[in-house]
Amino acid sequence: MLIGLFNNWVVIVLMMSGLYIVIAQGNLIKKLVGLTIFQTSVFIFYISMAKVSGGSAPILDQEISVYSNPLPHVLILTAIVVGIATTALGLSLVVRIKESYGTIEEEEIQQQDNLQNQKENKVEVKE
Amino acid sequence: MIAHLPILQVVIPLMAAPICLILNRSKLAWLFALIVSGVSCLVSILLLQQVMTTGVISYELGGWQAPWGIEYRIDELNALMLLIISAISTIVLFAAPKSIDKEIVKGKHTYFYVLYLLSLTGMLGIVATGDAFNVFVFLEITSLSAYALIAMGKKKQAVWASFQYLVMGTIGATFILIGIGLMYQMTGTLNMQDLSQRLPEVAQTRTVFTAFAFVIVGVCLKLAMFPLHLWLPNAYAYAPSIVTSFFSATSTKVAIYLLIRFTFSVFGLSFSFTTVPLQTLFMTLGLVGIFVASISAIYQHNIKHLFAYSSIAQIGYMIVGFSISSVAGLTATLLHLFNHALMKSAIFLALAAVAYRVGNVRLDSLRGLGRQMPLTMAAIVIGGLSLIGVPLTVGFVSKWYLLSALIEQGWWPVAVLILLGSMLAVIYVWKVVEVAYFKEPVGTPVKEAPIGFLIPIWILVLANVYFGIDTRFSVQVAQAAAESLFGGAL
Repeated sequence: MLIGLFNNWVVIVLMMSGLYIVIAQGNLIKKLVGLTIFQTSVFIFYISMAKVSGGSAPILDQEISVYSNPLPHVLILTAIVVGIATTALGLSLVVRIKESYGTIEEEEIQQQDNLQNQKENKVEVKE
Repeated sequence: MIAHLPILQVVIPLMAAPICLILNRSKLAWLFALIVSGVSCLVSILLLQQVMTTGVISYELGGWQAPWGIEYRIDELNALMLLIISAISTIVLFAAPKSIDKEIVKGKHTYFYVLYLLSLTGMLGIVATGDAFNVFVFLEITSLSAYALIAMGKKKQAVWASFQYLVMGTIGATFILIGIGLMYQMTGTLNMQDLSQRLPEVAQTRTVFTAFAFVIVGVCLKLAMFPLHLWLPNAYAYAPSIVTSFFSATSTKVAIYLLIRFTFSVFGLSFSFTTVPLQTLFMTLGLVGIFVASISAIYQHNIKHLFAYSSIAQIGYMIVGFSISSVAGLTATLLHLFNHALMKSAIFLALAAVAYRVGNVRLDSLRGLGRQMPLTMAAIVIGGLSLIGVPLTVGFVSKWYLLSALIEQGWWPVAVLILLGSMLAVIYVWKVVEVAYFKEPVGTPVKEAPIGFLIPIWILVLANVYFGIDTRFSVQVAQAAAESLFGGAL
């Protein structure tokens, strides 16, 4: 049970730790790291799903009769590209957040936003 | 040519996006994007016509047969969604050049149109495709361009809102990906039609149950259903106005389409509503969503925030209609989807005009605007009346259908709650009206919005009234779509 489903256990552990990091960490870079781990777990899930026991790599050859399923591999190539795009976009957003807020800690950003809102509302009341 | 319409619908804006980049002139890129969006709209009208006369269209990409190749499948529901998306996109684009002149830094205008077309491509793709994995890919195309578009907002909060949306959106999309993977593991297919035939055999396994849970939670994150709506208000409020009016009308609607498609077609009615207690769950969350979001809307100081919360409440109505799981309920949901797209795009476009003239959309800056910008404010009022559900507007039609669907099931308490929820809409719409019409203007007087804004705004407003009186088109298509979903359910 434990050995046979080893990959699945790895997937679950990675997935949950990734999601936990996204939720629990206040640092935006750490959040992105968590997000990437979370996505990677899904890649592993797809890739191990495609494995046919005793099957070889899906390259056509006369000596081989059992192949692993190439489709999930192809699918996950697409998903990896999507993942890279997301991480790149996320990081560039963090750069811009740092430029305009001067911090990449969630709490401090939230604080600045709250102050800003309070200020705007006060102006409203005065007028 | 006619035979290739389903793929043209997606490929035209996809190909056009990089061309926009080459044009590299703000005005030229706009004109090009407008033409492309118009052509997409034309294609979707032709598709709808074809579907209504000859039935479901199935298109095999590259000639590969269906369960192996990717199939594009257009039925009444898809055709209706395609029309909503492409039509709203075209109308909203009319007002784009003026609005982004003020709201987006010079030199980034071309990028705006590139991203706009890409997100249009993604939404059209999600709807057109009949392949579960393809849905994920298009979903990410839409989302990635949406994050970038939102981050283009002028205020610094825009970037932060975009980041929060990115985290939530990616989790949602990855959940959907996990769900699709689990389904593939059990059935060995990705084609939705094929999935719907193969899933019942393995429906009792825990894997399929898990797949369902992942897909539904993922989709609900994307459609901002209460309590997964936290990303939406800031993302809508700080995005450039044009982006807000485009997304408020289309992006959550596309997610609702996915919810309907996955529960009714892929997993099937009996699995979704008997094996899983989806009905009670969605009914409760929908109702709580209506109240929480409407009450939050009342306390907002920024009008874009106010209407963003109202969007979440309106999604609640759609979810309630969905949870009835009868033909009448689904018809009401689809009608409201169509109608809400009209109301919200009109309101947010009018707010774009306000932002253009006044510079911000805080509630107190609206003072006296009823006299200074009469046409724009009238548009907001009619849109607001439609949100409340006053007769002769589209809002009334969909609320009417929703109520009669509820009464048909004998769910009186829910019907009463829906009416109470509409009363809350009266309060927040009144707040806007009061400030605009009954307060003395402050600061420098402003002129009426330029004609470039007024034409698209009033096209949408008149559509709000027209489809509120002549309901033949919208009801007929929504009913046909709902019936085909129930007929197709195994």
